[in-house]
This record gives sequence, structure tokens and C-alpha cells, in this order.
Amino acid sequence: MITQAIFYFFAVVLIFAATMVITARNPVHAAMYLVLAFFNSAALWIMAGAEFLGIVLVLVYVGAVMVLFLFVVMMLDINLEKLREGFIRHLYIGVPIAAVMVVQMLLVVGSGIMDPATLPSGDLPIPEDAANTALLGSVLYTVYVYPFELAAVILLVAIIAAIMLTLRRREGTKHQDPGRQVKVRKEDRVRTVDLPRNQQSGSR
Amino acid sequence: MIGLSHYLVLGALLFALGMAGIFLNRKNAIVLLMSIELILLAVNFNFIGFSTFMGDLAGQVFVFFILTVAAAESAIGLAIMVALFRNRNSIDVADLDTMKG
Repeated sequence: MITQAIFYFFAVVLIFAATMVITARNPVHAAMYLVLAFFNSAALWIMAGAEFLGIVLVLVYVGAVMVLFLFVVMMLDINLEKLREGFIRHLYIGVPIAAVMVVQMLLVVGSGIMDPATLPSGDLPIPEDAANTALLGSVLYTVYVYPFELAAVILLVAIIAAIMLTLRRREGTKHQDPGRQVKVRKEDRVRTVDLPRNQQSGSR
Repeated sequence: MIGLSHYLVLGALLFALGMAGIFLNRKNAIVLLMSIELILLAVNFNFIGFSTFMGDLAGQVFVFFILTVAAAESAIGLAIMVALFRNRNSIDVADLDTMKG
């Protein structure tokens, strides 16, 4: 009973936050509501027994991705009024399509073919008394080691792509060029001048 | 008692909200990226629901990979936003008509 109440509390807050994400006037507010949605999702995942993924959602999403979102939203000087044009007009397209999709998915879920008792069992059964993190770790580095390394490559590609997309060379900035600094020779900078020897000191 | 259908219905609602967000915020590419995050979250809800109630760990491993790919996707997406804003001074999707698509 108390589990059910907690589930519904988190679910209602999650749906409210998701609604506010797509309707908020200010993108900063939308990002904050998305943080709220991620927190509630993490709580629900922990209730479902996926503790590690709940913690990862908070650490990676709230800690890194949403900070990135907020950084970009605040860095760009966006004209808020212009962004809201056509909101009402698109409301009449978007809401019916979303409603139809919800009804269709509810029909599938409500038809009873999703009953866990009738579904076939998987290849990686979860033991009753085992830590979720240890289980995931033991599977991730054995059965799923190639996908795991592919994920690492994807992250590397993302790093390089993000840096290359935002890198720019501006004219007129006084930045150093280490390659040219290292390449310089003595002859380029130092000039020896022969002075006459019999010049009197102090005389102009 | 909380069953599998609770998680599936919640995932369906989240997915529909993310879908509606894509229609509603046609002008603001950053909120479009946030809507995509909502849709991916809905998919993860389904994976975790099935993983828990079928007693199969594979679903949670998939969520792990989806989180990785989604983080990479949003990082590249935001980098594209920044490059776009520098060149066009706007993040309106309708302004992206250089290729006459």
C-alpha cells in the first residue's frame, strides 16, 4: 500500500515535470523541470530494483548533461518572444497525435499480452539476493564487453566532434602558436652587428 | 501492488509528452533536444520495467548503453546549436533552409 502511494506520488510529479518541460516559456525553466523529471525517474528506477541505473541517471544526466544544457541555454542570447510564435497553432496538431499514441499504447498494454507470467524468460536471470551494481558489472565486462568498448568509442567520437564543431580561429587575437615558437632558429631573431673599436666612450 | 503495466503506462505517457513537445516547440531547437531526452527516458522506463518483472538483466544493460548514446547525442547536438547560433544568430529550426530540403 505504501509502495503504491510512493509510486503514484513520483509518477504524478514526473508527468507534471515532463508537461512543464514542453510548455515552459523560458528554456532555463524547461531545463530545471527536466532535472526534476530525471530525479523522479531515478527514484522510480530504484523502486523497480535498478539502483545502479538510478544513481547513474542522477550523476550523468543531472550532473553532466543538464549542466551542459543550462550552460548552452544561458550562453546563447535567445529571443524568447520569437521562439513562442506558432505555439498555439502547433498545439492543435501535437496534442491529438500524442493522445492517439497514448490510446494506442494503452490498448496494447491493457490487452493482457504483456503479462510477465506469459512472457518467455531471458538469458540473464536476476538472482534473488544479489547486489544490482555487482550483477551489472559482472555482466558488462563479460557478456557485453564488445558493446561496452563500442560505447567507449562512441563517447570518444562525441568528444572530438563536439570540440571540432565549436572550435574556431578568430583573426586578430594574440594567441601563441607553440609550433612556430619551437621551430624558430637563432638566425631569425638574433642579428650580430660589428661596432668600430676605436670609438670613444661617452662621446656622441 | 505495482505491476509491469504501471511502468509501461508511465513510459507511454512520457513518450507522448516528448512527442507533443517536438510538435509544440518547433521554434526552439534546445527544447527539441529536451523532448528527445524525454522520449529516451520513456524507452528506458519500458526497458527497466520489463527487466524487473521478467527477471532478466539484459534490459538494464541496454538502458546503460542508451544512456551512453543519449549523452553523446546531446553533447553533439548542443555543439551544433552553438555553431548554428554563431553563424545564423538564431536557433529556430525553420531558419535552417540553406540546403533547400
